[in-house]
Parts: sequence; C-alpha cells; structure tokens
Amino acid sequence: MPEPTHALAEQFDDLEQQRQASTIGMWVFLATEVIFFGALITGYTEYRASYYQAWAAASKHLSVVFGAIMTILLLSSSFTMAMAVHFARLGGRKRLALCLLLTILLGAVFVGMKFMEWHDHYQRHEVPGMGFEFPGPNAREAQLFFSFYFAMTGFHALHMIVGIGILAVLTGLALLGRLAPPRHVPVDIAGLYWHFVDIVWIFLFPLLYLVDLHHK
Amino acid sequence: MSSKTVEPVSETPVNYLNASFGLRSWLLTIDHKRIALLYLVTITLFFFVGGVFALLIRLELLTPRGDLFTAETYNKLFTMHGLIMIFFFLIPAVPAVLGNFLVPLMIGARDLAFPRINLLSYYIYAVGGTFTMYSVVAGGVDTGWTFYTPYSSTYSNTHVTAMVIGIFITGFSSILTGLNFIVTIHKMRAPGLTWFRLPLFLWSIYATSIIMILGTPSVAMALALVAMERLLHIGIFDPRLGGDPLLFQHLFWFYSHPAVYIMILPGMGIVSEIVPCFSRKRIFGYSFVAFSSLAIAVLGFLVWGHHMFVAGQSIYAGIIFSALSFLVAIPSAVKVFNWTATLYKGSVSFATPMLYALGFIGLFTIGGLTGLVLATLGLDIHVHDTYFVIAHFHYIMVGGMVMAYLGGIHFWWPKITGRLYPDSWGRLAAAIIFIGFNLTFFPQFIVGYLGMPRRYHVYPPEFQVLNVFSTAGASILGVGYLLPLLYLFWSLKYGAKSPANPWDATGLEWMAPSPPPTQNFPVTPLVAWEAYEYEKREVPVA
Amino acid sequence: MTHAASPRTYVIVLLALLALTVVTTVVAHIDLGPGNSAVAMLIAVVKMLLVMLFFMHIRYEARLTRLFAGAGLLWLLFMIGLVMADVLSRNWR
Repeated sequence: MPEPTHALAEQFDDLEQQRQASTIGMWVFLATEVIFFGALITGYTEYRASYYQAWAAASKHLSVVFGAIMTILLLSSSFTMAMAVHFARLGGRKRLALCLLLTILLGAVFVGMKFMEWHDHYQRHEVPGMGFEFPGPNAREAQLFFSFYFAMTGFHALHMIVGIGILAVLTGLALLGRLAPPRHVPVDIAGLYWHFVDIVWIFLFPLLYLVDLHHK
Repeated sequence: MSSKTVEPVSETPVNYLNASFGLRSWLLTIDHKRIALLYLVTITLFFFVGGVFALLIRLELLTPRGDLFTAETYNKLFTMHGLIMIFFFLIPAVPAVLGNFLVPLMIGARDLAFPRINLLSYYIYAVGGTFTMYSVVAGGVDTGWTFYTPYSSTYSNTHVTAMVIGIFITGFSSILTGLNFIVTIHKMRAPGLTWFRLPLFLWSIYATSIIMILGTPSVAMALALVAMERLLHIGIFDPRLGGDPLLFQHLFWFYSHPAVYIMILPGMGIVSEIVPCFSRKRIFGYSFVAFSSLAIAVLGFLVWGHHMFVAGQSIYAGIIFSALSFLVAIPSAVKVFNWTATLYKGSVSFATPMLYALGFIGLFTIGGLTGLVLATLGLDIHVHDTYFVIAHFHYIMVGGMVMAYLGGIHFWWPKITGRLYPDSWGRLAAAIIFIGFNLTFFPQFIVGYLGMPRRYHVYPPEFQVLNVFSTAGASILGVGYLLPLLYLFWSLKYGAKSPANPWDATGLEWMAPSPPPTQNFPVTPLVAWEAYEYEKREVPVA
Repeated sequence: MTHAASPRTYVIVLLALLALTVVTTVVAHIDLGPGNSAVAMLIAVVKMLLVMLFFMHIRYEARLTRLFAGAGLLWLLFMIGLVMADVLSRNWR
C-alpha cells in the first residue's frame, strides 16, 4: 500500500521514522516535566522533613474523601485515554471521538473539583499571602505547606487545562476524519502527556492528602 | 569525494539564502539554516549589549574610588552583564547558531526532526529577551545573576519579576532546542552514519542537549517560586517565614552549574572539528573524546554544591560535592590530551579557525585547573567571592567558549555564507583577542588571590595597578571583538566566493554546496567511511 | 507499528489502579510509624509503573524510549538525594 504522502512531513523518509521521532520527542519532553515537578517535590521533601508535625497538622485541613474521588476520576480518564489511543490505531472514528470526549469530561470534573477545593481554602483563610490564618503555634510552617500545596496542585491543574485543550482540538480533528491511520500519531502523543499528568497526581495525592492521618 | 573541483562562479545556483526573498520568508522560515541566522543576528546583538555593560564595569574599576557610578548602579551593571551574557549569549550561542545550522547537514538530513518547534523556540527566545530588555530599560536588576534569596524574593526593589519571567521563558527555548537535537541525532542520521562515525561536534551537542532538557526545568521552577514569593510574600525561601534560602541555591545550581557545561561542551565539539582538519590527522582517541562529553554531562549534575561551600550548606555535603567536583576534571583533561596528541606529528597549519582552537586549548586548561583550586573545600574559603573566581570562569567562558565560538564561526563561515573572508584580518583579530583577553583576566587571578572581593565598586588603592592592566586589556578585547564584525560583514559582499570545501575538511556538511540549498542534499548521502579520514586524502592541490 | 495492549488489559490495569487508591487511603489511617510514608510512596511507584508499562506502552516501546523515561526519574533522585544529604546533615556536629 503506498503511504499517503500528506501524512508524512518533508524532513522524514517514512512514516515509521516520523512516528518514532514524535514518540521519543514526547518522552524527552516528559523527562523535562519530571524535573519541573521534581524541583517542587524536592522542596516539599526538605520542608516535610524539617517541619513534620506542622505539616501533618496542615494536611489534615484537606479532605481525603475529596482527594480520593479526584484520584479515581483521573485514573479513569487515563483509562479512557488509553482506549482512545486504541481506537485511533484501529481507525474507529466515532469511538475515538467518544473516548476523547469522555476523557475531557472526566478531566474537566477533576479541574472543577480542584477549583471548588481552592475556593473552600479561600473561604477558610488558608491561602498563603492572602490573609492566611491557621490555629495553633505552627502557622508559619503551615503556610509553607499550603504554599507548596497551591504551587503543586496549581501547576498540575495548569497542565490539566492544557491537556483538555489539546484533547478538544483532537476531538474536532477526529470527527472530521483527520486522525485516521496513518495520521493517528497525535493521539498517541497526547495520550503520553495525559498519562504523565495522571502520574503526577498519583504522587501528589499521598504527598498532600495522606500525611500522618492516623494521629488525630 | 577525494577530488576537489572549484564550482563555476559565473552564475549563482539556488541556495537557502536566495531561494525566497522578503522579510516574511525569513521571519516565518522553518529552514534550520535560516533559523540559525536569525539566532546569529539576535545573539550578536545581545553579545554587544552585554559587552557594553562589561566595559562600564571595567571603567568604574579603573580607579579605587567609586567615581563613575553609585554602588546601586554598579550592582545593576554586573547583574545585567551576567544575565545577558549567560542566558542570552553563552547558553544559546553555539547550539542555537552553529548547532542549528550544522546538525542536519552533518548527519545528511533535510532538516531537524521538528522544524516548526525549532522556529517556535526562536520566538520563545525572542519573547524572553524582550522581557529581559524591558527589565533592563525600566531600571534594571541588582540581585546578581544568581538571584539569591531572600534578597531577590523579598528585599530588592528592582525589576526582578520581569527579569525572572524573561529567564523562565527563555528556558523553554533551550529545552525545545535540546529536545529537537536529541531526537534528530537519534532518528535522522543518513544510512551508514553510525554513532561512531559521527563528527565529535555532534557528540558534544548531544551531551549539551541532555543538560538542557534535564537541568533547565529546575531553574525555571526555582525562578517561578521567586516570582510567586515576590507577588504574594509567602516566604518559600525566606527564613523569617520558615523558608530555607539554601533550597533556592540548590534548585538554582542544579541547573546553573551544569549550565557551564552547556556553554563549554559545544566549544569542545568545535575544537574537535578544527584541530584534526588543520593537523590533517584523524583525531586521537575518537571514542574517548566522544564518551568524555557524555561523562561531563552526567557528572556535571552531581557537583553543584561547590557553589555553596560557604553558604551554610552542611560540611558533610560539602565534602561529597568537593570530591565529585574533582571527577569532572578527568573527562575534561582527556579531551585536552587527545587534542594535543592529535597535533603531534600532524601537518599543522595556522589558519584563523586553528588559532582560535589553539587559544581555546591553552586558556581552557588554565581555567579548568584553577577550577580545581575552587573545588578544594579548604582553599575555596580563602578565594571564595574574590576576583580569583571571576578570572577562573572568564577563562572558561570567554577564553574557552567565546574563542571556540569565534573559531567555529570562522571555520563554517564559508559554508554559511558562501563567501571567504580575508584570512590575514582573521588571524590579526584572533591575536588581538588572545592578547586582550589575557591582559584583562590574568591580573584578576592575582588581585583575587590577594583578596579583592567581587561585586564592589570601590577597592583598596594597592589593587589599582592590576585593575588598570585589566581595564586596558578589556579595551583591547573590545577592539578584537569589533574586527570580525567588520570584516565578516565586508566579506558578505566583497569576499571571494567559496568552494564547497575550502578547508578540504571531512564531514558531510562540506559535501553540500556553499551555501547549501534549502534541502541540503539532493539525494540522501550514503556514508561508507569513518570520521576524520584525513590521512586517506590526497595531498591538497595548492 | 508497535503492538499495544488489548482493551481487556486496560480494564484490568484500571481496576488495579483503583484498588491501590483504596488501599493507600485505608493504610494511611493505620499507624505504621515511619512506615506510613514508605508504604504510600511504594504504592504510588507501583501505580506509576502500571500506567507507564501499559497505558503509556513502555512495555512495547524501543529501549531508547525506556532510557529517557528512566533518565528523568534518575535525575530527580540525584536532585532529592544530594539536597537531602545537605539538609539532613546540616546540624551534625
């Protein structure tokens, strides 16, 4: 079967070379993202080691149930994303669009819940730098915890929003039939990104929500 | 491949420079060669802006008293000199200009793997540069290029936020360039061009790219946190609020120490191309030179704490960092020994690029060995934050990297522009730069060892003689840098047309016409030879 | 074309991920001393590996891809390791 030339960018010799280049390119990008979030996790690790009691107390101000539900939502969205990649490779146009839409929906609910949570913190004066209040002697260290909480979940939510935007574009392209094989590679690449954002949350959930829950 | 024919000069064949015209065809180009030229122009601009700040610093230091600038202005001058030179010249210079131009040509490809991302990364660089220049014009920054907290995050009243945003944005340009090179070198090599047939320039560009993608995000996050702290006063790095200023230094140096290898590794790659060509010999110990680049890239990430010996870091961590720092000297020395061994019994000739390469080897060696002095835990306490440190890193950055960059520009100028420049002028400029450089920075080793601290606009009168030498040297250096600008510009119009391979060098880039057509190679070349097969060539026709 | 997992595998992986989420939440309420942090991180690493191996097809990709996937994590260990080496020993005498 002759390869459709319009699917192949000029600088590549064949589609397999192009696919591998895109895949490796995304993985290299994700390696940079690991360090980007990693710098935050490094800071988190230092302060958690230094101020364990205060951070445990501050962590109890987050809702574990909320966090767990959000985790479940995001894991499910990774599943629908994996299914989208699966259908993209098979060339199922409608099923691809459906899976992408489900992924967007789950992701959007996640971001919505995140905003609700932030709003609660705002009302309880738990936003650092904006009239932060915390009962007990460790307000200073608790503010540090919440600074990291907002930085980590904020950068994560930003990545979610970018991901939702990318998936929305892909849904449109899928409906127009522009992602039929061999032009399905963008779905693969977007999938890698989405799963990565999921993995970040897999770590954020225990780091932020599950510190020292057994002590009342 | 061995026979050399001079192309007919009568009519100009279609090449990447005359393939299309108009501003649009340049600003929206996705041709890696044109993007390289966009970078060349922008980077040259930043180099001279940074250079003006350097000259102002040297002018102030002509006399021991602060009679030209106030302390505050002086703080801004050295900060902006550092920021512009490091983030907008040294880091992008070789990768973004020569790397962009040469990577596809050297591997026999039509372009980089992601040409659009390549253009995007240029514009990200331009936007970051705009923020930075805004900060400079609005009144500047006085934190030093290292942005140490809590001064930068809490106390400084200068335009830190705009500057930090500028550097943050520029970081993504670096990341995307590195990503593009890594994928391209992995996936786009011509058939037959195995890893061990690659020019060593590509090994060093590859190692550089690794540092770019794995280091840059760390400083980006550190600077983002500084910006957040300035906006919200939350004290992530402020000890008054429970923060740890050393955490900032860790995150900053996790990138910024490896970043000095982003600056020097591509220079080493250039020297590894020039030395075999002008010795007419295969490089000595190819695989050692290749792997030493990777070793520097990896080891370079494990030594950052040597910037923090006196900052309050744990002495035990200091011992680890000191020991690891010594290890980096090994791959660096391997390279110097291999270049020297390549020269041995070669038919050495001294064209302009070779003068720069030889200058690099000598000055880099001095800079590297004085680095060992600074990596020594006890000795560093004596010379920390003195002009000894300034001299050390300028021997690496200016004596090493800028020499190599100019060597590379002179080596590939005929390929880039299709024109030859007057070699006598080139050699004259190289000599002036070498003399001016040493006169500027060697006295700083002495004055630093005697105890003159960095970052002060006044100093005790007994240091004046050495400072006068240094300022005189800086003026000579300034002239030296202006000369290439003039005669290279001149050559664009009046220089003789260059044949495809004016140096009779090996490497795929010399098989394409000068300047190359947009597609680089009409047919993908098939590589059936090893790198640097200079001994197998016929004696060049005079 | 690489061979990817089947939808059946994806379902099993999803169920495993959801089960691990429940386990990590429940275990966090039981006092294991310092073991709590270790278990939480261990479970997170297992979940990450599940996502990477199956959803992100690392199992089926070329070695090179795995190299870059590992490089980011290794460099993160460099960072955390050396920073904590400083932080934890700063007050030793």
